[in-house]
Amino acid sequence: MFEGFGWLSITIFLPLIGAALILLLVRGDDEDAHRNARYAALATSLFTLIASLIVLANFDGTEAGFQLVETVAWLPDLSISYTVGVDGVSIWFILLSTLLTPLCILASWEAIKKRVREYMVAFLVLETMMVGMFCALDIVLFYVFFEGVLIPMFLIIGVWGGGRRVYAAFKFFLYTLLGSVLMLVAVLVMYWQAGTTDIALLMQHDFPFELEFWLWLAFFASFAVKVPMWPVHTWLPDAHVEAPTAGSVILAGVLLKMGGYGFLRFSLPMFPEASDFFAPMVFWLSVIAVIYTSLVALVQEDMKKLIAYSSVAHMGFVTAAIFSINEQAIAGSIIQMLSHGLVSGALFLCVGVVYDRLHTRDIERYGGLVERMPKYALVFMVMTLASVGLPGTSGFVGEFLILVGAFQASTWLAVGLASGMVLGAAYMLFLYRRVVFGKLVKEDLMTMKDMNAREIAVFAPLVVLVLWMGIYPSSFMEPIEPSIQKLIGDYQAALAAAESRDAGNALALLSDAATALGLK
Amino acid sequence: MEAAIVFLPLAGAILAGLFGRPLGAKGAQWLTSGLMVIAAVLSWIVLFDITSEGKSYTVTLFTWVASGSFAFDWALRMDSLTAVMLIVVTTVSAVVHIYSIGYMSHDPHQPRFFAYLSFFTFSMLMLVTADNLVQMFFGWEGVGVASYLLIGFWFQKPSANAAAIKAFLVNRVGDIGFALGIFAIYVMTDSVNLTVIFNTIPDLVGTKLVFMGVEFDAITVTALLLFLGAMGKSAQLGLHTWLPDAMEGPTPVSALIHAATMVTAGVFMVCRLSPLFEYSEFALAVVTIVGASTAFFAATVGLTQNDIKRVIAYSTCSQLGYMFFAAGVSAYPAAMFHLTTHAFFKALLFLGAGSVIHAMSDEQDMRRMGGLAKLIPVTYAFMWIGSLALMGIGIPGTPVGFAGFFSKDIVLEAAYAAETMVGGYAFWLGLIAAFMTAFYSGRLLFMTFHGTSRADEKTLAHVHESPRVMIWPLYILVLGSLFAGVAFYGGFVGDGMANFWGSSILILPENQALANATLVPIWVKAAPLAVGLSGLALSYWMYVKRPDAPAALVVRIRELYLFSLNKWYFDELFNFLFVRPSFAIGRFFWKRGDQKTIDGLGPDGVAQTTLRASKGVSLLQTGYVYHYAFAMLIGVVVFVTWYVATS
Repeated sequence: MFEGFGWLSITIFLPLIGAALILLLVRGDDEDAHRNARYAALATSLFTLIASLIVLANFDGTEAGFQLVETVAWLPDLSISYTVGVDGVSIWFILLSTLLTPLCILASWEAIKKRVREYMVAFLVLETMMVGMFCALDIVLFYVFFEGVLIPMFLIIGVWGGGRRVYAAFKFFLYTLLGSVLMLVAVLVMYWQAGTTDIALLMQHDFPFELEFWLWLAFFASFAVKVPMWPVHTWLPDAHVEAPTAGSVILAGVLLKMGGYGFLRFSLPMFPEASDFFAPMVFWLSVIAVIYTSLVALVQEDMKKLIAYSSVAHMGFVTAAIFSINEQAIAGSIIQMLSHGLVSGALFLCVGVVYDRLHTRDIERYGGLVERMPKYALVFMVMTLASVGLPGTSGFVGEFLILVGAFQASTWLAVGLASGMVLGAAYMLFLYRRVVFGKLVKEDLMTMKDMNAREIAVFAPLVVLVLWMGIYPSSFMEPIEPSIQKLIGDYQAALAAAESRDAGNALALLSDAATALGLK
Repeated sequence: MEAAIVFLPLAGAILAGLFGRPLGAKGAQWLTSGLMVIAAVLSWIVLFDITSEGKSYTVTLFTWVASGSFAFDWALRMDSLTAVMLIVVTTVSAVVHIYSIGYMSHDPHQPRFFAYLSFFTFSMLMLVTADNLVQMFFGWEGVGVASYLLIGFWFQKPSANAAAIKAFLVNRVGDIGFALGIFAIYVMTDSVNLTVIFNTIPDLVGTKLVFMGVEFDAITVTALLLFLGAMGKSAQLGLHTWLPDAMEGPTPVSALIHAATMVTAGVFMVCRLSPLFEYSEFALAVVTIVGASTAFFAATVGLTQNDIKRVIAYSTCSQLGYMFFAAGVSAYPAAMFHLTTHAFFKALLFLGAGSVIHAMSDEQDMRRMGGLAKLIPVTYAFMWIGSLALMGIGIPGTPVGFAGFFSKDIVLEAAYAAETMVGGYAFWLGLIAAFMTAFYSGRLLFMTFHGTSRADEKTLAHVHESPRVMIWPLYILVLGSLFAGVAFYGGFVGDGMANFWGSSILILPENQALANATLVPIWVKAAPLAVGLSGLALSYWMYVKRPDAPAALVVRIRELYLFSLNKWYFDELFNFLFVRPSFAIGRFFWKRGDQKTIDGLGPDGVAQTTLRASKGVSLLQTGYVYHYAFAMLIGVVVFVTWYVATS
């Protein structure tokens, strides 16, 4: 390997190369071309998964700082460089992205019948953008990837989506772009202030509180839309409903995590004082999100909308945890994001399985599926229970760590979030009952086939991971612990420094006053 | 061996659940039942080993979660308390497994049923062997899911599905309390490990904890939060509404989960955490009052129910109340004693009721039974034994008596001997409830087995005694109902108590209710028997001698009757307060909040405005280059002016 280019960059750009090859080599719009595009995309994404596993193997879980850093000068005049690297905060998100992409390609195998070549290219480009975003250690590079994700996703919803796809795609695009524009301004301001775009250096830079205040808000605007937090969540149900199944999986599985990741990577380390200042607001918005969207989920008639609203509620746990800032809460927020990536991804795939057969998402049209589809019922049940946060599944570990962390920040917060335990169970079990249980009486359901081998292959890794993360989460928590401790340590040190500075200022003011009064 | 007891049922569940088709119904039945029997035998060995000298040790399996000091393992804590629960759970479970082979023989989904049963048993065992609060929570929620799956086992019945969801949700309300209690304990002691907690608690007496803006005594608020969890699982007043509905599940399920084991988890939890509860007088008082009130409330409802299973369900609810108030007056061993005997005789009653239902072609309404004694004599005898044990019939001062006689007496005596206000409250309500218990038990027996039959010809022609596979296992429960009281009295609450329990239960020296229980006046010892016999006599008079009496009485006290028949209107109240508002608010948030307000003012509103604005702007686009050039010039001028002016 030559200097500055290693497995991380390979993981980032392999999908892009695959996409280029597909565009160049696969010609025509017939069945053969479709098959070639599918296999080529699957192979590319599998190789990317392997590359990311090599990254994981090289990752040292006892280190706190950035590792496997690769740097190439990009715009030397502006001191902007292509710098990528990983730490405990980002490592699992990279793997989540590289795992979900091949599963999505498999899930789209038969569902996507038109413009297959372009669809696969869009997915691979999306993968490059996602992985690049989690790896980027230069804030401009981060911004490029962060925005880059939007384009393929916009196309996936807008081209391969359902009936109101154009409305949904634009809503999605405008909402997220509005936030991003503010973030771009903030990035420029930071560059002028600190004179660098290097994330590691920016983390050490001490911005004055007045500036932190506005920078935090600008970043918040962008990340809050991505998460999404109440009340800027309304793009999500529409985007999910109209997106093709695989689009929903990536949207819920990875794109929502970009917001949470952004808070952990930027807001907390770079603007600690502002984070401390705004934490109560985030708590309020999070608790409202949990209760409000859970109640809304309860009355949904569309399966995808219901799960979309449940995502907002689950991400409410995450945002509350991030700003509780203690070890359990932060670890919980990362585990919860991973778990939610797997579980909500799987739940959208579950919707996809029946949607492919009946072409409707109306809950009313289903009922009694367990009789014809026992395997499906089992997988759906496991994922429902994981979503509900049953101990032994990944959902529990995340949720419980978050709650114990939140309890230390504020008992009110913990009680507010805990109400989600009941409401979450209510809407999920109510959904499951209406779709899977009951008498099988509807004509068109009588001939439904259970999951085929391809579908089982899609679900198997998800089920295994959900249980693994629930029963032995140490595999996932140990490598990230040093990074979390460093994050919290730095944060508290920054706050303490700010406090002593304020105290010093006050003291100086006092002594000035004393001198002026002639007491000294 | 300890691990085998816990994980054999899990193995059975996985094998029967995933390979139900290749195994077939027979294979699944015998595999799961066989593994359960092995686990039960091993449990008895462990019981004798541990309680002979009050041993306690922990078998650690592997780390579960470690995040800073919030760390805990998968581990099995073995002490007398655990060992008692082990034998109760595995024995009743083994009996129920075998009984189900007969009971479920016509069902098309047998492997699934046995997988659920075994999964339930595994979760319950994880609960009772937990060495930390989070593993207990794992078991706690696990049994909740198993209960949910088993109540809704007949998934085609809408009422079964509704009952299943209701059970899960009501339990979850309690579980919030449990979870918050765990967090509070962690904040106080920096650990969730039971041993560490128990060692730390004495030093924390008097510390304060701010919870939701109010400063409380830390130990009290923690104990009460945890007790909320216990109330949910053990169906105590307010969170009891799920238990009667849970009777929608197959009857063996009711016997195992909703009578003998899962519902007693709350009692077990309070006993397990005696080193916490002991340090809060207030929390103990709350436990006593809730327990006594439930014992009374459920008994009043049991008086008028017509569904044979619901009568027994309310009886369970009521008996759990007895266990709680025993724990509330610090008589934890008495609570565990009643828990154990109750497991045997209540499982016997449920399985007996199952035999009746089986014989009556799935009829559960006692108003359409009657005169079954001669047709199913063995079941009849079993039901009498179970009922007499439930009524607490025996001869005071001698070792002669049914199991419930010994345990119920010691519970009531301890309540009296506590010599506190709440103890007195519990004693008197408990005594009244004992009268009602005897009455409704007698009513059940007389309505079902005595008099003339009220069933139709066709059902009556089918009535048959259950197959042997459903009869033989019941003999174990019969033995328990007859002799568990006298056999365990000495160890559980008698002279051997200290040695038997070892260090697994803590009773502070100032709480002497149990120690003084033997010293109560003679009338206190005789009272339970007296009210029991008179309750039985009254029911005999009303349902055998004067069958017209009940109807006449109902007319006289119509309001009271309806209040009892409608279960004090709890369901109606909760529907009005919680269920319907949730859906209404959800709809309001969705339509008014998301669609009207947020989208209306946000993206859609902006889009509308933009559209209007862009129409205006497009008027400016004339297409002439000099217009554009002129506009640009103005722009540049403005910009330069602004730049010069500000710098």
